[in-house]
Amino acid sequence: MSVTDSATVARHHRSRFRGLRRANLILGAIIILALVGIAILSLFWTPVPPAKMQITHKLQPPFGFGLLGTDQLGHDLLSMLMAGCWNSLSISVSAVAIGGTLGTIIGITAAARRGIFEALIMRACDVIFALPPILSAMILGAFLGTGRTTAILAIAVFMVPVFARVALGSALQAWSRDYVLAARAIGNTQLSITVRHVLPNIMSGIIVQATIQLGLAILTEAGLAFLGLSVPPPEPTWGRMLADAQTYFHAAPWLALLPGLAIALSVLGFNLLGDGLRDLLDPREAAR
Amino acid sequence: MIALLIRRIFGLLLTLIAVSLLVFAVMALLPGDPAAITLGTSATPETLAALRHDMGLDQPLIVRYGQWLAGALTGDLGKSYTYGVPVAGLIAERLAVTLPLAALAVVLSVLIAVPLGVAAAARRGGFFDILAALFSQMGIAVPGFWVGLLLVLLFATSLGWMPAGGFPGWGNGLWPAMKSLVLPAVALALPQAAVLTRVTRSAVLDTLHEDFARTALAKGLSRSRVLWGHVVPNALVPVLTILGLQFTFLVAGAVLIENVFTLPGLGRLAYQALSQRDIIVLQDVVLFFAGLVIVVNFLVDLSYLVIDPRLRAGGAR
Repeated sequence: MSVTDSATVARHHRSRFRGLRRANLILGAIIILALVGIAILSLFWTPVPPAKMQITHKLQPPFGFGLLGTDQLGHDLLSMLMAGCWNSLSISVSAVAIGGTLGTIIGITAAARRGIFEALIMRACDVIFALPPILSAMILGAFLGTGRTTAILAIAVFMVPVFARVALGSALQAWSRDYVLAARAIGNTQLSITVRHVLPNIMSGIIVQATIQLGLAILTEAGLAFLGLSVPPPEPTWGRMLADAQTYFHAAPWLALLPGLAIALSVLGFNLLGDGLRDLLDPREAAR
Repeated sequence: MIALLIRRIFGLLLTLIAVSLLVFAVMALLPGDPAAITLGTSATPETLAALRHDMGLDQPLIVRYGQWLAGALTGDLGKSYTYGVPVAGLIAERLAVTLPLAALAVVLSVLIAVPLGVAAAARRGGFFDILAALFSQMGIAVPGFWVGLLLVLLFATSLGWMPAGGFPGWGNGLWPAMKSLVLPAVALALPQAAVLTRVTRSAVLDTLHEDFARTALAKGLSRSRVLWGHVVPNALVPVLTILGLQFTFLVAGAVLIENVFTLPGLGRLAYQALSQRDIIVLQDVVLFFAGLVIVVNFLVDLSYLVIDPRLRAGGAR
């Protein structure tokens, strides 16, 4: 194969992958928009109030009673999934917003100050990263009680080192650019350089990271809810719906399928959106 | 080399102390009295005072931390309130389930991810590349504990080939014990394998473009010999890095999976400790898990030095 040949092949593959990535972005955006729409809709309307028990219609299959059937207490499954969507998204978005903001601030501060401060911060990040949210949620749950706040806190704490590392890495790159050097030479303070030059430069990377971490947050929240460490009943969560479904495997396998599909679809949506956004905002990284 | 090793071990010790300090501080600073939480609402002031004394809660914070740390170092982690036995023994007993489960999951995930990732990189845009892309996208999105539920539904409830949960113990023969670990390990391995496949693919692609790989090809070695003999071993470092970083998620996954399959491992112990408000056990298990994550990452760091001689000289990493 000659050099030109392989270059053509490479370009061909790249363009095919680029087309695929554009499709990722659109598909991811559609999934996420739909889920956000459903979550907001559930605050105003669900086919049946999600907490309403229709015990005479318990364990109905999909299309049997209501669109997606009912659970062991006669809750309408579609309504539960819709309300669960709100819980899942609102907890994940809050956690990523808190952890992402804190982590980014820590990361860019470390990049500006360098030295022992940076070393200490990064060591602290290693320490926090060693505690998966499920364990910190257990500790927080034992003292503060389980619920929405505990779930958000546990996930947010874990997000801090993730964002701190990303922010530090890209902020260090930004600091090494010529125009930052020029800005320093004319006497700008660290703070003003960070705000005016570094932050705008690293924002696209942070946004991509936030999108991908939202997917992870959804997964984590589902795990927490599965163990009863998220929003308590009667409010439905996808994770607890799966936990309850374990008892009714024989009678109602769909109870174990639908909430899992909802979780997987949401995570997939955020991951596709994140990959697509990376391609759009951060072409150098995406070329890998 | 030796100096580097000593520096690393010193760093490890500092990190471990920092973790213990963090766990202890969170426990101490959160509102709520551990003794009161352990006893529940029915406790009389006398029993509460007695337990507070037993747990050392009537001592100053710094003394409590010192005692806890000294205990942890000598293997004395305190006594479980619910089980009435030393926590260290409980952890050791439960580790006999969690450790084989985690090891099996790691082996499985590597066995899936490395061949798939290499095949995907070998022919970009080919069948295996598309398969790998689909597999990693799905595997990352699907919660491991849900896969566990579905595996139980299929292989235990419907087909009856595998136990739906529980653990017979290692005393009753190797096969029954292994059999009850297979489905949990698969459920634990899939998300890991999805991440590793992606990393393997991009690591192999990067290495394929390096000079030594081109030279080996130019010299007339067959593609597969270059791939498996030269490229894959060199691509292992990033794969190993991710394997180490993923250990946090493996631990989190194990906690969930053990509860799906009611396996008496450490994750189940932590969950039971939470529901029984056995604060001492909870605190120790959390510390143990965090320490494990840090030690594993330390070992991964060290293994670079064995795998890649280039890193031995300068210690630049």
